Amino acid sequence: MKLYALFKEFSKGIFKENPIFVIVLGLCPALAVSTSLENALGMGVAATFVLVFSNLIISAIRKKVPNKIRIPCFIVVIASFVTIVELLIAAYVPLLQKQLGIFIPLIVVNCIIMGRAEAFASRNKVLPSIFDGLGMGAGFTLALSLVALIREVLGSGKIFGHLIFKEFNPASIMVLPPGALLTMGVLIAVANLIKQKRK
Amino acid sequence: MELKLFLMILISMVFINNFILSKFLGLCPFLGVSRNIKPAMSMGLAVIFVMTLSSIITWLVYRFILIPFNITFLRTITFILVIASFVQFVEMVVLKKSPALYRTLGIYLPLITTNCAVLGVTVLNIDSFFVQKAALHFSFLLSLAQAFFAGIGFTLALLLMSGIRERLELNDTPKCFEAIPIAFIVASLMSLAFMGFNGFKF
Repeated sequence: MKLYALFKEFSKGIFKENPIFVIVLGLCPALAVSTSLENALGMGVAATFVLVFSNLIISAIRKKVPNKIRIPCFIVVIASFVTIVELLIAAYVPLLQKQLGIFIPLIVVNCIIMGRAEAFASRNKVLPSIFDGLGMGAGFTLALSLVALIREVLGSGKIFGHLIFKEFNPASIMVLPPGALLTMGVLIAVANLIKQKRK
Repeated sequence: MELKLFLMILISMVFINNFILSKFLGLCPFLGVSRNIKPAMSMGLAVIFVMTLSSIITWLVYRFILIPFNITFLRTITFILVIASFVQFVEMVVLKKSPALYRTLGIYLPLITTNCAVLGVTVLNIDSFFVQKAALHFSFLLSLAQAFFAGIGFTLALLLMSGIRERLELNDTPKCFEAIPIAFIVASLMSLAFMGFNGFKF
């Protein structure tokens, strides 16, 4: 029974409360780094790491933190983990650091992480918070990968840098900024459509 | 010569590398407060103000605290704290000194803390102007210009968008495209138009 509840915390992030398509949070990194599947996965993993650990710490200290200064406290926790991720990426995957650039430090202001800290971790116990972080992170990564997949295939005819279509003229507009916004708009509309059909 | 550099920053930040439409910084307020022109204008002004001043502060902090003590890896955490406390401070001052201004800007100020455009511009300043090893006072001025014009670009895109969205309200969009998806499509078309500025040559 308990395992089931934990699984529910995990799975809600992927479909029912998908951070990007349903709650519509954390859009800036989602659009900027989704030019290729590789970048999207890198960003997803980095954000998931920060999300899980900041949820863990915040839910552990939630009773010690005075209500009035909780936001600055959360920001410090999140920013520390972002710094850790920043240094890890710089040390082990410098290529990814070059690709993601400014968007690694900007994980701090990713609304998903702050949103989960405020809406979930500051009100729940440690274990559910970890699973919530994992689920939201997975949902974020999946959504990001989906956008990246569409953009990479249509924009350059490649997946993970491998050419898949020979007789195909890629529309390079899809890897440029307008393509990101267009893909995002259409995908959110599809998510809305599914929601309306279910009702 | 130097004037030309500033002019280049102006055109690049306002049009070519517009923060919202080509760098995707600050999308949340862009979608959130672009329903009407008036709040969009207030938000834009608040962002210009906070961006410019916080980029001054973070530059000074970086140059005179982080570099001498060799703790530049704490950049992210320091900057976000500086910005958060600065925004809080501005909010208190505005509330005390000018309640009228507070009524127009007030609710948008706390939102700015988590606006990635503000943290983005401060990090970008350090990245682009400290690496080049430009003379110090010069790098300071360039950072200042970059932040200010980035704010202007943000406001421009926000205003254009809110003007379009005000009219869009009257139109009959398909149900699943209502509100946010259609805003994305509009933004996509705007960004396409802004890409035209890429042709500028210096």
